[in-house]
Amino acid sequence: MSTVVEHVTCPFCGCLCDDLTVEAEGVEIRKVRLACSSGQGIFMDYDPRPRRPLVDGREVEWENAVAEAASILSAADSPLIYGLSSSASEAQRKAVALADRIGAVIDSTSSVCHGPTGLAMQAVGEPTCTLGEVRDRADLLVFWGCNPDASHLRHFPRFSLTAKGALTPNGRADRTVYVVDVRPTGSSKKADHFLQVDVGSDFEVLTTLRLLVKGKEPSVDTVGGVPVAQLKELVERMKSCRYGVAFMGMGLTMAPARQLNVAELFTLVAELNEFAKFSVLPMRGHGNVTGADQVLSWTTGYPFAVSFARGYPQFSPGEFSAVDMLARRAADAAVIIASDPGAHFPAAAAAHLERIPTIVLDHGPSVVASHARVVFPTAAYGVDAAGTAYRMDNVPIPLKRVISTGRLTDEEILDRIIEAVA
Amino acid sequence: MMLGILGGRIYDPRNSKDGEVGDIWVKDGRVVTPEDVDQKAAQTVDATGLVVMPGGVDIHAHIVGSEVNSGRKMRPEDHRGHERARSGGLRAGAGGTVPSTYLTGYLYSELGYTTVMQASAAPLVVRHTHEELEDVPNLDKGAFIVMGNNHFVMQCIADKQPEKARDYVAWLLGASRGYAIKIVNPGGVENWKWGKNVAELDDEVIGYGVTPRQIVQTLATIADDLGLPHPVHIHGINLGRHTSARTTVEMIAALDGHRVHLCHIQFLSYGAGRGHVHRSEAVAVAAAVNASSGVTVDIGQVIFGNATTMTCDGPLQYGLHLTTGNKWINDDVEGESGGGIVPITYKPGNPINGTMWLTGLELFLLIDDPWRVFLSTDHPNAGPFTSYPQVIRLLMDRDYRREMFESLHPRARRGALLPDLDREYSLGEIAVISRAGPARALGLEHKGHLGVGADADVAVYEECADKEAMFSRPRYVYKGGELVARDGAVVADVAGRTFSVAPQYDAGLEVELREYFKKAYTVSFDNYSALSGHGAPTEIVACG
Repeated sequence: MSTVVEHVTCPFCGCLCDDLTVEAEGVEIRKVRLACSSGQGIFMDYDPRPRRPLVDGREVEWENAVAEAASILSAADSPLIYGLSSSASEAQRKAVALADRIGAVIDSTSSVCHGPTGLAMQAVGEPTCTLGEVRDRADLLVFWGCNPDASHLRHFPRFSLTAKGALTPNGRADRTVYVVDVRPTGSSKKADHFLQVDVGSDFEVLTTLRLLVKGKEPSVDTVGGVPVAQLKELVERMKSCRYGVAFMGMGLTMAPARQLNVAELFTLVAELNEFAKFSVLPMRGHGNVTGADQVLSWTTGYPFAVSFARGYPQFSPGEFSAVDMLARRAADAAVIIASDPGAHFPAAAAAHLERIPTIVLDHGPSVVASHARVVFPTAAYGVDAAGTAYRMDNVPIPLKRVISTGRLTDEEILDRIIEAVA
Repeated sequence: MMLGILGGRIYDPRNSKDGEVGDIWVKDGRVVTPEDVDQKAAQTVDATGLVVMPGGVDIHAHIVGSEVNSGRKMRPEDHRGHERARSGGLRAGAGGTVPSTYLTGYLYSELGYTTVMQASAAPLVVRHTHEELEDVPNLDKGAFIVMGNNHFVMQCIADKQPEKARDYVAWLLGASRGYAIKIVNPGGVENWKWGKNVAELDDEVIGYGVTPRQIVQTLATIADDLGLPHPVHIHGINLGRHTSARTTVEMIAALDGHRVHLCHIQFLSYGAGRGHVHRSEAVAVAAAVNASSGVTVDIGQVIFGNATTMTCDGPLQYGLHLTTGNKWINDDVEGESGGGIVPITYKPGNPINGTMWLTGLELFLLIDDPWRVFLSTDHPNAGPFTSYPQVIRLLMDRDYRREMFESLHPRARRGALLPDLDREYSLGEIAVISRAGPARALGLEHKGHLGVGADADVAVYEECADKEAMFSRPRYVYKGGELVARDGAVVADVAGRTFSVAPQYDAGLEVELREYFKKAYTVSFDNYSALSGHGAPTEIVACG
């Protein structure tokens, strides 16, 4: 039976493009229209075959896998729940319920990408806007430490660089575009101006911009490798634009000074509002990493790195963030949801994951699944499961089920585990 | 389940009970006649000597959704020291001025409240609002949908197409599973996207040529035409400014003949005072409210201590950021709204804060009809809802009120009317402003009273001289006939309902909206509705 589903949301990145059309023949996806190459991969490479759960690498019945997971978690003194960013908010809510029930530490991939952005927001706030405001109003764009040309492939045409909107009918021609980064990128080649900052010097450059916005004169000609004259030109454009927007990425969050870089940029943007309307948006990566922040915040008050070990939520990045929990050997069991820390974590943290009993929920193979005690093969949200995800600008968008494979969702499996540990 | 709450002093203003001793019988979540229950099989509670009221109804609070959650995320310092550990079937949480969702439900239960209305939601992000509402237990709820800066509405007004605007509003309420039309700083939020604001009812909205006056009149007319259970719910222009009392009185005049609810009017009742300190214009605003029978208000009483200001009124929040120097979130929402968040601490020693505090109390005491003035702190803007018992004591106890007045900065006290106001609210009047009145203004027939057919939402208090203590610690609280709190502590987690409206509209409009969405939004028309995909169903309240 062939089906055509319209207005499908791609769950790959924080853009959550929701204008795709997917054609399928039974459970085989045949064609995806409008998706970028990353999005094509999500749908076209999807393996819809039913799979059974594994315990110690052997196929078992579902109830046996659930019982094994419950027994691991019941025996654990300090369990860790991690991942969440490629799951749906419905499942994220269940993950927090499980953490609450078993006194776990829960953390999302935020802590290794835009965690510092969250800390900066907690320190100084965040003047921001939805992506439609960028498309419709922005006449000045500044991309700092991010490269959407490689990471968010439809960001430029849908929302920013070339997007046409109410006050920007000519798209690219109606905008001035800056890229600030430590090296030339695909994005910098498409910009009007590229400011190349010395590695580790973003904070100095941002501080200098704040100084110039305040009308003060730096005593040097170059800051962080950038001529002050170029910074002055940027400041003049920022102060005189109609609607300016800065996008920032891990070039700021994972460089030295981390959240201090981001707080400096957010403060600069706030201060610019004295002269011109100005907003800033973090370029959130995974499809629903923004949702993980949202769900943790509404259920616990804190966006990531939350511990329920004492019965109530405690927030401590650096202590309850997953890398730190593992590298310090502070976790004695782990539930990994739709993420692969086995492949992406520092060696000491990844090595500890191999030592402790680990339960993995994922729709495909992963390094962490290859040595997990229990593996639950799941449906993929946006492909064979429906749910909700939050776009990088915090707009919630429905994820559709475009094929019906009968696979269980993260939500359903977490429900069974919660019931079994009760 | 059958239940009898026997021998209590019943304060049920809608059914004209003002402390009469009597019994309340409950079956299947509703109040029934004694004959409807098998009294031998029913569980009974001896309420002799206790005060029995309907569960509290909050007509205006910010408890869930996009801006509330940004406030939670931004303020770890607000939560610490206010945590709640899991226990039994109850979830853990973090409190403060912006509590987590489960704890929000529990804290309301612990005050005797059973119904709360989420004061604002932009339709683009209302799916988020509904997700959080599902995670707020022990309360029945609804969400007001912001429309006062909506591009489609403003274009209809500019094109002189009021019927199309009406169809759109009806569609939008249904699509967003909303309960009422909310207006926030009409036109001012749109102008803020240009770094500007509006200051007068006849100022122009940039790009549309319409005025705040036209926006409120159009939407008030639509609410009346559609027969919505709750009228337009308005946060006016100039909030916090010394011109606000004048424009509030002008707003009331502009909406003469309509039903209208003006929210947190304390923030909109100031005039120019000496030395850059606003003065209370409660007399003028209360007079205008008293003279206009179609108007209801809630106060937004300031509570001294920590608060988190959060509104769709973006330019207001920016001003507050500049004034306080505190951290600031702004969020412009395409095509429809905006918003901002700034933490604040209200101090009696601050002359402006003192003026705000006494303005709220003067309004409470000068508005004659308790059925048209409701208890609120515009949670968490003027203070947290957990301070409602303190406000009740301020209204019922003039000595306490005067004592607190004396702690204000001299410049706030100078020339103030408050110490001369002797009025004290009775228990029956408290039951009106916190239960019966808001339920009536919301058009919730089953709420705010204990007559046969009402939802069995009941709060039982032990009367004592200190009314703050009394209302802080209800002996029993029932939600739909189930015991959810006892002796001021939550004991159960039960699911609440979400109310919404679904007025009729010309379905032909959707063809135009499909085209409109392609240009106006970054989300597909089909993915915009809160109804798309799954999610808990809402309970439709009839229009009529």
